Amino acid sequence: MDGSTSIELKQAAHVVQRDVSIAIAGSGGSGVMTAGTWLLDAAARAGLYGLMVRTSGPQIRGGEAAALLRLSGAQVESLDDAFDVLVALDWQNVHRFADEIPLRATSVLVCDADAGEVPAVFLASGARVVALPLKKMAKAAGSWINMLALGISGALAGVPQAQLEEAVRSGWKRDGDGLAANLRALNEGCLAVAHLAGSPLTGSAGPRRWLLSGNEAAGYGALRGGVRFVAAYPITPATEMLEWMAPALARTGGCLLQAEDELASINMIIGASFGGVPSLTATAGPGLSLMTEGIGLAVAAEVPIVVVDVMRGGPSTGIPAKSEQSDLSFAVAGLHGDAPRLVVSPTSISDCAATTHWAVQLAEALQCPALVLSDQFLGQSQAIVRAPELPEGAPQRLVAPAHAPGYKRYANTENGVSPMAIPGTPGVTYTADGLEHTEGAIPSSQAADHRKQLDKRLRKLTGHDYGSRWADCEGDAPLAVITFGSATGPVREAARRAAAQGVEVRVIALRLLMPLQAAALDRALAGVERVIVVEQNHGAQLLHYLRGAYDLPGQPASFHHPGPLPLRPAEICNALVAWAREEETLA
Amino acid sequence: MNDMCQPPGLAPETFGAQHYKSDYKPIWCPGCGDYTVLAAITKALATVQKPPHEVAVVSGIGCSSRIPAYTSCYGFHGVHGRALAAGTGLKVARPDLTVLVASGDGDGYSIGGNHFLHACRRNVDLTYIVMDNHVYGMTKGQPSPTTEPDWDSKLSPGGTGVRSFHPLVIALASGANFVARAFSGDQQGTAEIIAQGIRHPGFSFIEILSPCVTFRPEQRDWRNLVHPASVQPTDDPARAAKRIMTDDGFNIGVLYAGHRAPYAGGPSPASADMAALEAEFAV
Repeated sequence: MDGSTSIELKQAAHVVQRDVSIAIAGSGGSGVMTAGTWLLDAAARAGLYGLMVRTSGPQIRGGEAAALLRLSGAQVESLDDAFDVLVALDWQNVHRFADEIPLRATSVLVCDADAGEVPAVFLASGARVVALPLKKMAKAAGSWINMLALGISGALAGVPQAQLEEAVRSGWKRDGDGLAANLRALNEGCLAVAHLAGSPLTGSAGPRRWLLSGNEAAGYGALRGGVRFVAAYPITPATEMLEWMAPALARTGGCLLQAEDELASINMIIGASFGGVPSLTATAGPGLSLMTEGIGLAVAAEVPIVVVDVMRGGPSTGIPAKSEQSDLSFAVAGLHGDAPRLVVSPTSISDCAATTHWAVQLAEALQCPALVLSDQFLGQSQAIVRAPELPEGAPQRLVAPAHAPGYKRYANTENGVSPMAIPGTPGVTYTADGLEHTEGAIPSSQAADHRKQLDKRLRKLTGHDYGSRWADCEGDAPLAVITFGSATGPVREAARRAAAQGVEVRVIALRLLMPLQAAALDRALAGVERVIVVEQNHGAQLLHYLRGAYDLPGQPASFHHPGPLPLRPAEICNALVAWAREEETLA
Repeated sequence: MNDMCQPPGLAPETFGAQHYKSDYKPIWCPGCGDYTVLAAITKALATVQKPPHEVAVVSGIGCSSRIPAYTSCYGFHGVHGRALAAGTGLKVARPDLTVLVASGDGDGYSIGGNHFLHACRRNVDLTYIVMDNHVYGMTKGQPSPTTEPDWDSKLSPGGTGVRSFHPLVIALASGANFVARAFSGDQQGTAEIIAQGIRHPGFSFIEILSPCVTFRPEQRDWRNLVHPASVQPTDDPARAAKRIMTDDGFNIGVLYAGHRAPYAGGPSPASADMAALEAEFAV
């Protein structure tokens, strides 16, 4: 804590005044997630925007964990390239996060003076180390080390102490003495780094804001879209969506059933939806694999269902608690037979609500399965966001009236959608079938019936008007980036940075991945000479899917790497600038 | 068949077994026991007098699983082994419907084994009818979980050497609330047991010995082996288990009828609107 630190950080703080990245790391129940959650809550109270990504090792409880935050006066949808502040409560296994917590030379690393040597991997950044007797200070205050961390990180981030205190008061659910001790520790933390703290982040009295995770947003969107039955099997990182939905469904007149496995989950929701109740399940890659047989059944029997896949590192059990976008190929191609289905992907944490709502509407309107590709980053991160603009309207399932004369469940209608009789309706009983069938729902192995039903099931999807929600398009430059899902946030930020360096790119973030909207893509790509596809997986799955289904202009390029390391705006920006300059050189 | 058409003051229309039959001709082999099971199901539905459009028959894959299309009720013919899951989702979401799940020994006990265990313990109020012929008929004669270990087949020459599955004891141990064995050759008795199962609250499991005379012609002899259970149904699972474990496998009747409350996880009365949920996210 020499004098030069103070000056250096104040300069750094000035530069990052509207945008600060903070990591709080520790192990063994040291409470880093609580500190991070309350810091985000305090930021929300201070009128700020922000994002908190959770990362942890494979352990069930204890072990290493880190809360990765980015706070700003404006909405943020991505982590930054590096962290300005790292508060390390101890060093037990925290070095495992070295790749996930890159520091800068201007960063400040606050640690416990009695926790041993700072791992070399963190020192290599040149960050300023501030060693404080954290454990002793917490003990003196009668509180926990993470409350000191909250004060330290809050003060360094520029979140006013009054809001930090409010967050503690709101979050502390136990006795009053403990609360007083926590507030003492918080104050100690703020004081300990007061001389280092930069100017405060300033919030804005802008539009309505929400604080929620992508999993909660998806659950809310599903409920708002009309889902009233959920069956699911626990799996990381989808479980929190289900945990949010269970009580919310009970309050809104629905129910959630924990199934014995994913095979049961998918068939239970098909049964419930056959009964007329909009239904959903949520899972991750391994569960989706088990559900494919059932998804095919929903295609053939024309039963609307929504399957949310919160993607994680794969294949197989892979990396359960960390993010990747590697189930795309499976989602668009992973069923046997010719099985048209809907695949959508939210472009941000707040968009998880609107896109899941939309998925319910589409599944109901088109009587088919809709897969929602979320991922661990979107699902488990919490964010302060502008309240999303959500679709309007109740689900529109075309149902058959009672005693409809000559009723045929799978009638070959012009748009491919046939009225569905809901059990309990007299005079229109039928048997839904996963076997190929006639228009009248009788099993058939005849070529003409098969062809007719295949045509109908494809036609109802390809002929539908999906409106403007199929993608988010920005800019009109001759260079275009195509991306999807959680890659969208870092891509947007990279595009802004590239523009500051004189490289303009058009950004097309696909929300409707299947059926691919070729005509809309034609319009979105009008005037584009070259395309680069950005995604977070090893095999460039989106690029290959697009090239298989659509003629991209020029020689398409790709920027992609697998998880669990997040896509960083700087690496994408560098790739965009290099790609654009290569074009100039060639020209 | 629409009670809305009924003039007020008159007794509601009654349904006969024929009101639950569809016009479709079954694809089963001549002599198949499933014909009689179908007849017993329609007779049982006439006994309980639930209108056909308020009944749903759910099935998986196999000869037995063709049943839904042969009824005039709502039907769901799904995928192999998952009928109980689909039936469970339907009944939990729509408690007003009468749900029957139809299966066979391969579909229900092998690929669907896990769902069987959990349906028994979950105790959703539905009736599970398994047509057991100790063979995979639709795929032309392979051993099933209930096949005797020494039964010779192309897929298991000389027999599987694996002991037979005991569905009734497993159902009982897993928590089924009603356990019965029927024989398809006894149409009236089977219909009565199915009607009892439908009326009994909770998960009712009815194992129906239904011969496959094509691949197991020796099962024609079952007619001479079956006999009515000589005792009244018990509500004591330990006594029921002992009886079932020690009987000859041809003891016909209701063997256990418990009092466990059915699954109560269905839809709840709505108390919150979307705005109330939304307000919890606002900062």
